[in-house]
Amino acid sequence: MQTTVEPVARLIEEFAKLPGIGPKTAQRLTFHLLRLPAESSRTLAEALVHMKEATVLCSSCLNITDKDPCAICRGDVRDRTVICVVEEPLDVLAIERTRSFKGLYHVLHGAIDPLHGVGVDDIKVKELVRRLDGEVREVILATNPSLQGESTARYVANLIQPMGVTVSHLARGLPMGGDLEWADEVTLARALEGRRPM
Amino acid sequence: MPRPRSYRCEAVVLRRHDFGEADRILVLFSRERGKLRAIAKGSRRTTSRLAGHLELFTHAELQVANGRDLDVITQAEARNPFRALREDLTRTSHAYLVAELADVLTEDQAEQPEMFDLLLQTFSALEVALDPRLVVDHYSLALLGIVGFRPSLAVCLLCREELRPGLNAFSAMLGGALCPRCGPGEASARPIASDVLKVLRHLQRSGPPGTVRLRLAEPVAREVDRVLRDLAERHTERRLRSPDLIARLRSEAGESHPSAPQTPALPVEEGARE
Repeated sequence: MQTTVEPVARLIEEFAKLPGIGPKTAQRLTFHLLRLPAESSRTLAEALVHMKEATVLCSSCLNITDKDPCAICRGDVRDRTVICVVEEPLDVLAIERTRSFKGLYHVLHGAIDPLHGVGVDDIKVKELVRRLDGEVREVILATNPSLQGESTARYVANLIQPMGVTVSHLARGLPMGGDLEWADEVTLARALEGRRPM
Repeated sequence: MPRPRSYRCEAVVLRRHDFGEADRILVLFSRERGKLRAIAKGSRRTTSRLAGHLELFTHAELQVANGRDLDVITQAEARNPFRALREDLTRTSHAYLVAELADVLTEDQAEQPEMFDLLLQTFSALEVALDPRLVVDHYSLALLGIVGFRPSLAVCLLCREELRPGLNAFSAMLGGALCPRCGPGEASARPIASDVLKVLRHLQRSGPPGTVRLRLAEPVAREVDRVLRDLAERHTERRLRSPDLIARLRSEAGESHPSAPQTPALPVEEGARE
């Protein structure tokens, strides 16, 4: 049986370790790169290495950054009395896109999920508690609206409420472009509870 | 006869993980087909029509298409989201343990209506229980019984002699209690307090979940938990993950109320007289 030569097989194997990439996709990516000029592979390889070497976690908000503290934590226009707590660095981007939040962030790097072995000590909660030094007046919990996200928010809230900060939570309700008929009862019940005067 | 292209089923979501761009793979426990896996495409998007109906612990009515590898959920409608389980961290952590036990102690694709009803009853009981711990203990004992690991609690496993209050022992490996004569010779056995054995026996005899009315002293409750956890871990040969979260939340709650009154040392309040 004809097998793939070692250098090619090795790259296929590396690609296949990435999330969402199965053996077939890994093969396609590898053979695509094989057909491109050597320069493209070098650029890709350099980008990969540079990405790891040139990034650190911001010592304050734990977001991924190239300069510590990160641009948001350094910014002069940010409101330092409000911290928005999110699960992942990508969530910071999502909230920044709204342009309606001017405070600081805190990235937990996960949510409590016992069935996948993520416990309280595996997420960056202690680091958040350490940041609540008196200047911070409000903490907004912006975890995902899933059971894991909600339990995490509840855990964090129980922990920091006694420290005298206002703890709030993103509203739960209906998404834009959604349809009432298809809404589940928990979402709909929360949308009703959180209704606002027009 | 060709296999039908899709089927309906009634199921509870036990576990799930993200898959691909916006999909999730779910482990479900269904009335019609026991434990099964299926994919919910696009369910991580906020506009997904499935997502809210497929949260963890939700009891839902599903339409599922037979897939080549994984079945695909095409419609879902929540029957009971067990909302109270989500809104209290202690209840949530105990529901995790129930879901984990249901997942590790059962096999794929076998019709198990009895187990399904037990699971629903347990979640309902957990929503209102004063002591969620007892509900989970009752569930694990009942589930162990259904899957064929019913521990022997009334007679000695080795000599079959009836157990009396005294220096009895318990072996999770052998799956039951031992009398004071057989216990010391068995390496896998550990001493078990008479109160603990009494509580276990009472739980084993009790009716549906939520009907157990006991008030346990903390050391007895802890020991009952440990025995049941040992049994489940021994039979599945894996470590349970949810008990860590339960223990952590309990210890933090204890630390923040150091002056909380101790539960009176009252092992069995009613109904457990031998």
